[in-house]
Amino acid sequence: MVSYGEVLILAGMLFLMGAVCAVAQRNLIMILIGVEIMLNAAGIALVGASLRWNALDGQAFVLFIMAFAAAEVAVGLALIVFAQRRTGSVNADRYSVLKG
Amino acid sequence: MVVYETIFYTLSAIILFSTLMAITRTNLVHAVVYLVLSFFGTAVLFYLLGAPLLAALEVIIYAGAIMVLFLFIIMTMRTQQPSGRTDEESAAILDGTAVATTPVQPSALSAQNRAYRRQWALPSLLGSVCLVAAGFVIFSTTDTRFQLMPAMASPVEFGWFLFKNYWFPVEIISFLLFVALVGALYLGKKEGKAHLDHGEGNQ
Repeated sequence: MVSYGEVLILAGMLFLMGAVCAVAQRNLIMILIGVEIMLNAAGIALVGASLRWNALDGQAFVLFIMAFAAAEVAVGLALIVFAQRRTGSVNADRYSVLKG
Repeated sequence: MVVYETIFYTLSAIILFSTLMAITRTNLVHAVVYLVLSFFGTAVLFYLLGAPLLAALEVIIYAGAIMVLFLFIIMTMRTQQPSGRTDEESAAILDGTAVATTPVQPSALSAQNRAYRRQWALPSLLGSVCLVAAGFVIFSTTDTRFQLMPAMASPVEFGWFLFKNYWFPVEIISFLLFVALVGALYLGKKEGKAHLDHGEGNQ
C-alpha cells in the first residue's frame, strides 16, 4: 500500500522542481513552465488528499486549478508575446528599462 | 496490492525524471515535450488515485491545450536560444567539455559555464533544504502514514457533487476564463491599434 505521506513527498518534489525552474531560468517561457509544474504538483497533493479522506472536494478543487492554469497561461503567453514585440527578447535579464 | 505500489513508484519515477529533464533543457521545444510526458504520467497517477475524470481532463487540458499553446508561441517567436546561447555551446557547457574542446575564447566560455552553474546552484540548494524540511514535517506525524485505500469516484458521481456543492465557483471560473480571453485579445491587438492611431495622426 502507498501511504499518504509518499504522495505528499512526490507532490513536494515536483513543486520544488517547478520553483527552482522558475527561479533559476532566465527565459520567460521557462519561468511560466515552472509555474505550470507547481500548479500540477498542487493538483497531485489535492487528489491524494481526496483519496485519503474519501471526500470529493479535493478533486473539485483540482478542476478549478486546471481552469485557472489555462487562464494564467493564456494571459501569460500574451504578455510574453507583447513584451517580446516591444523589446525583441524573452530574456528576463534584458528587461531593465521602465519606459522604453 | 503489490501491483498498486509498483505502478505508483514507476509513475513517480517517470514523472520526476521527465520533469527534471524538462526544467534543465536549454532548448524550449525539448522542455515542452518532456513536460507533456510528465503530464501524461500525472494523468495515469490521477486515475490510480481514483479520479478518472480528472485524468481525462489532465490529458486534454494540460498535455493537450496548454502545452500545444506553449509550442505555438515558441514556434512563432523563434528568435533566439534561451539565455543567448547556441545549441552547440549549451551542449558543450552541459557536458562540461566546453573548455577542453574549444580553443576559441576558452575564458569566455568558462566564465559562461561558471555563470550557468551559479545560476542553478543557489536555487537547487534552497530547494533541497526546503525538501528535507518538508520530509521531516511530513514523516514526523503518524497521520501521514495512513495507508491509501484504492477507491474510484465515477465521473457521474463527481459531476453531481461538483454542481451540487460548487456551482458558484464553477460560474466564477467561467467568468475568469472569459476575462483571460479578453485580456489575451487586448494584449495581442494593442500593437496594431497603436499603429493605426499613429497612421491617423500623420494624415
